[in-house]
Amino acid sequence: MTTARTARLRRSLVPMVALAGAGALVLTGCSAGGGGSEGSGDGASEFTYLSLTENTAVADILTSLSTGACKAENDALPLKITNQPQASFDQQLQLLAGQDALPTIFAAGNTPQLAKDLNDNGQLLDIQSTFDDLGVSDDLLPAATSTIESLYGSVIALPTEFNVEGLWYNKQILEQNGITPPTTWDELTDAAATLKSAGVQPFSASGEQGWPLTRLVGNYLFRTIGPDALQKVADGDAKLTDPEYVEAAAAVAELGSEGYFGEGVGSIDYDTSLNTFTTGKAAFLYMGSWALSAFNADTNEIGAENIGFVAFPDVAGGEGSNAQLAANVGVPIAVSKKAYNDKVGAWLSCIADNYGAASLGDQGVLSGFTVNDDAVEVPPLTAELQTTIDQSSDSVLWFEALFDAQATTTSQTNAAQLVTGAITPEQFMELVQADLGN
Amino acid sequence: MNNVFGNKRAVLVFVGPALLIYTVIMLVPVLWSLGYTLFTGSVITGFEFSGFDNFAKLFSDPKVGEALLFTLKYAVILTVGQVLVGYALSLLYVFWLRKASSLVRTLVFFPIVLPTVAVSLLFQKMFEVAPQNGIVNEFINFFGLPSVDWFGSPDTAFLVLVIMDIWRSMGFYAVLLYAGLLDIPEEVMESARLDGAGGWTLIRRIVIPMSLPVLLSSIIFSINGTLKVFDSVLALTNGGPGSSTTPLTLLMFRTAFSYGDYGYGSTIALLLTVICLLVTVFIFRSSRRDLTKG
Repeated sequence: MTTARTARLRRSLVPMVALAGAGALVLTGCSAGGGGSEGSGDGASEFTYLSLTENTAVADILTSLSTGACKAENDALPLKITNQPQASFDQQLQLLAGQDALPTIFAAGNTPQLAKDLNDNGQLLDIQSTFDDLGVSDDLLPAATSTIESLYGSVIALPTEFNVEGLWYNKQILEQNGITPPTTWDELTDAAATLKSAGVQPFSASGEQGWPLTRLVGNYLFRTIGPDALQKVADGDAKLTDPEYVEAAAAVAELGSEGYFGEGVGSIDYDTSLNTFTTGKAAFLYMGSWALSAFNADTNEIGAENIGFVAFPDVAGGEGSNAQLAANVGVPIAVSKKAYNDKVGAWLSCIADNYGAASLGDQGVLSGFTVNDDAVEVPPLTAELQTTIDQSSDSVLWFEALFDAQATTTSQTNAAQLVTGAITPEQFMELVQADLGN
Repeated sequence: MNNVFGNKRAVLVFVGPALLIYTVIMLVPVLWSLGYTLFTGSVITGFEFSGFDNFAKLFSDPKVGEALLFTLKYAVILTVGQVLVGYALSLLYVFWLRKASSLVRTLVFFPIVLPTVAVSLLFQKMFEVAPQNGIVNEFINFFGLPSVDWFGSPDTAFLVLVIMDIWRSMGFYAVLLYAGLLDIPEEVMESARLDGAGGWTLIRRIVIPMSLPVLLSSIIFSINGTLKVFDSVLALTNGGPGSSTTPLTLLMFRTAFSYGDYGYGSTIALLLTVICLLVTVFIFRSSRRDLTKG
């Protein structure tokens, strides 16, 4: 009885095994073909760019270059842009790096540590030496390359943005309340008190993002302890829980307890904080110069001419000074070493030559590239800021610049609680210090 | 049938393909993840064997303690809430609305088909305080009370989360328990009524004991689902303010994927798995006796 069944089974097994084998072949075929543009060993076959969904500026400028100044390069190696939301960007980058499938160029991640790890792993192109070889090093602004160096250790990213940060103020509101732009912390708090009693919200800030609040803590530290305040923490020579560090968190917490940030600061997202300022509902906004595109836009109800900029004020008796502007390179663009070939080199040369002018002309945003076109019209507010940058002696980074991803998240997610008084300044600094672990 | 299962080759043919797929897409990743618990590092920097360091860290990490407490608090409160509200609704369907209950059943069930993210956005707007007041704060203002920053403090954020998740899932438990209540024989109810039982006595003496098996299934469903809560927290509070509404799942996700620490992330995942297993075993054990016989 069983022999007949076995024979039948054996007969039916043959096609099944054959089918399984064919299926396996198809799957292998798929995986071999799925390697994407970086599949071959000769570098990229497309100029792929993995962009942050939230940052459209770089993608817009690259797109306009691809049909303009870099058309020849684009014909040889077509630009292809994909987006990834900021919240999951680092995760995506880690995945791609783990599979050795990084796009040709990509935003360097939310925390500098990620790009450093990629570079240590030999996956990033050395921009400085590549630009030297291509003969375009002069297109990089020294201030921008030094900022990249202090962040990453070496020049491993393209400074598609060069931002300075500080307090933007509504000229009209300040004049109406008899306030001059503050240059010291005491002047700032006095101004805030005057504004509050006059029924004007002094500061607009996004607690949902957190960083606009922790930037204040960082700047306060740079003013009181000096430009190396956070380097000392990174090196383990100081702790955030030291009294002089907690003082900074306490100063910012006090702004919150006085109600200077308005209601529900923890729920205010980035756009809302910007809109609150550009609709004239708040007097001050701590923000970077990337906001110039929003200030220069038609949607700005108070008008660009009504906006002024001051560096973060001095703190009495502090080691730092307000000539040290907070600077950053936004999320710079890194280049995959594996994807590099002559065509990518041609694209990078073209970007180096034309990006500065395109960024300033199209978006009114400053980049870390030289502006090689005298005909570019610079909006007055942007020009004013350029003068401020030229006059500044030195630059400082930001609170989380030297932190890892975990400490950065802890700092930014707890910032709103710091200003609403849900946690004390000591607790805030303890939480962040615990994640730094040194 | 005995013949078929007695033939090893037949077993191989029938079970083999499914087992192979199950092994490749389920068992291998699970074991892989288990292996990760002994390593530290990331996909970029490479992995290093670290023995039981991750486990040592797990037991001393205040963040894990906080997340574990939150997970358990959420699971218990939500299980009680979901099942109680669901049970109350099912009683309403069976004893008061009777035949007319189908419209109400559909309406109450409706939130379960909505995407969690959409529901979360809805609740964010309802409980909003800035830039403008949501409907809840407007309502509070109407009585002359000041607006509340619902997502600004841990307790109120938790409250909104609980309200949202109960609202979202009560329809499902109501339908599940409704099906159980329909199974109670009408004769039993009738004879109880003839014996003078009515209202509360009927529910306590007849309805609850006779619907205990389905009630227990609901509790198992609920507690296993709520222990693994992820999407509603992520979309509504993103674990905040601070980390006060961060469950183990979100902590695991962040550790593994945002911070790139797969080893420690897998260790947290293992802890979650063990908890789910323990809770399920405990409930099954306690339900082994036939509850309908008291």
